Amino acid sequence: MTSDLKHSAGATAQLDVDAIRADFPILSLRPHGKPLVYLDNAATGQKPQQVIDATSAFYASQNSNVHRGIHHLSQLATEKYDAARESVCRFINAPDSREVIFTSGNTEALNLVAQSYGGTFLGEGDEVILSQLEHHSNIVPWQMVCERTGAKLRVIPIDDNGDIILDEFEKMLGPKTKFVSLIYVSNALGTINPVKKIIELSHAQGVPVLLDSAQAAPHMPVDVQDLDCDFLTIAPHKMCGPTGIGVLYGKTKHLEAMPPFKGGGDMIISVTFEKTTYNRLPFKFEAGTPNIAGVIGLGAAVEYLSAIGMDRVAAYEAELLEYGKKALREVEGLTFIGTAEERTATFSFTLDSAHPHDIGQILDGEGIAIRAGHHCAQPVMKHFGVPATARASMAFYNTTEEIDALVEGLRKVNEVFA
Amino acid sequence: MPNKRSLYEQVILDHNKAPRNFGELPDADRKAEGYNALCGDQFTIFLKMDGDVIDTVQFEGSGCAISKSSASVMTTQLKGKTRSEAEALFQKFHAMITSGFDAELDEAGLGKLMVFSGVREYPVRIKCATLAWHTMLSALHDDDGTVSTE
Repeated sequence: MTSDLKHSAGATAQLDVDAIRADFPILSLRPHGKPLVYLDNAATGQKPQQVIDATSAFYASQNSNVHRGIHHLSQLATEKYDAARESVCRFINAPDSREVIFTSGNTEALNLVAQSYGGTFLGEGDEVILSQLEHHSNIVPWQMVCERTGAKLRVIPIDDNGDIILDEFEKMLGPKTKFVSLIYVSNALGTINPVKKIIELSHAQGVPVLLDSAQAAPHMPVDVQDLDCDFLTIAPHKMCGPTGIGVLYGKTKHLEAMPPFKGGGDMIISVTFEKTTYNRLPFKFEAGTPNIAGVIGLGAAVEYLSAIGMDRVAAYEAELLEYGKKALREVEGLTFIGTAEERTATFSFTLDSAHPHDIGQILDGEGIAIRAGHHCAQPVMKHFGVPATARASMAFYNTTEEIDALVEGLRKVNEVFA
Repeated sequence: MPNKRSLYEQVILDHNKAPRNFGELPDADRKAEGYNALCGDQFTIFLKMDGDVIDTVQFEGSGCAISKSSASVMTTQLKGKTRSEAEALFQKFHAMITSGFDAELDEAGLGKLMVFSGVREYPVRIKCATLAWHTMLSALHDDDGTVSTE
């Protein structure tokens, strides 16, 4: 169906969601005898056949190590691997593919920057600014580096809509600020942060900014040159790609100044017991045999998304958001947790009748997959005074009919726990 | 299919909505707190002992229907039991929800606790069903500690 996905460039062109759904074999499953309604996309996304095929084709007919063999297969694997890096580079509009580094995941990308950049350039009394919306993966690595360097964390608070309070950020941004590391889109609430404003304010003070775009890149165009962010991280498994692979984009000036994160093969030019010379970018940060199949799968994923067009994905998901807001409001006893004006089609909520785990359990019996819990964002839960929420998170292959199924499922929860 | 129970038995829903022996026990001589960090469930178990015998048991806290009703049903089963009888009951309860169908085990004096046998079909909910029990045992042993099922 890929050819069908090449829509004409008209801005009003709609997504052919039926054709898209046909690309995802898992969407035809019937758990507990009911059609699968997969609304746990913020946890991980489903994979189109194109990505599954690219990954299995690698193992079936291309498998070899990269950047070291002179034989046919090694050259083939290296070509595919390098082409995937170029695809990712285009996807985020990075100026140079050497600024695109493959990691084991979004979390490792964040750890890389915290340890390599933070560990080198942070000192006693310096400050790193995060927000209360952060996922634990953008909190803990910075806490670890602060403990080592004597730097301190500052946290931008959020209001009751789940928006960060920009005034508070401006107040804490000062001569002590050495780094800002911010979640682009909240995984727990869907809030889209005003990242361009934050970057502008930070750069005015000479402070670099990292954007954790794990929950942004699957839902909207992400252009690192337009954003002018210093670093950006991606979680490919949330955007049609395989697990076990992550992306770090960084401006060359920073990456050149940073020491390697891990030592090993591939990241060196020469090694003697007296001295090792590190490889150029991006290999300096890619020690050891990489996740080659994962990278090739990621390449297929970003090509798939690019063919659809991320602007169309964003426009379609905005419709799902509006539809979902209205439809879910009709469910008795439902309270939205997070009502930011700018957000992705992510619905975090509680029900008066039932605990989030029980909501998730009853919905599972209806074939509906959602997430219940604290979403690895306990500071967010603390702000709203809830231990957990139920979260239905949409992707571009979801439909308004599936939102209707969710509403029906929630009515059933209300009946069971009446 | 042998006697498969659904997860949300009427008894469970009833105890969730109207938990028994709920509230702080001011003259408790032992208490312990239990958490399930993953879902934020939190319960405190209060015990008043008469020598080696449980005289009164109460609980407070919040959690999902399984954890809350399990705490509630548990409190209805412990009064008058000695420490070792309470421990033995937990062992049977634990074996029941973590094993496959076992008629012999199921009939071995679990009584009302059998309403939780549906949990065996939902392994992720075992922690919910056992949180109050682990917390009660901690109180019984006077560990004065905090129990976590994570």
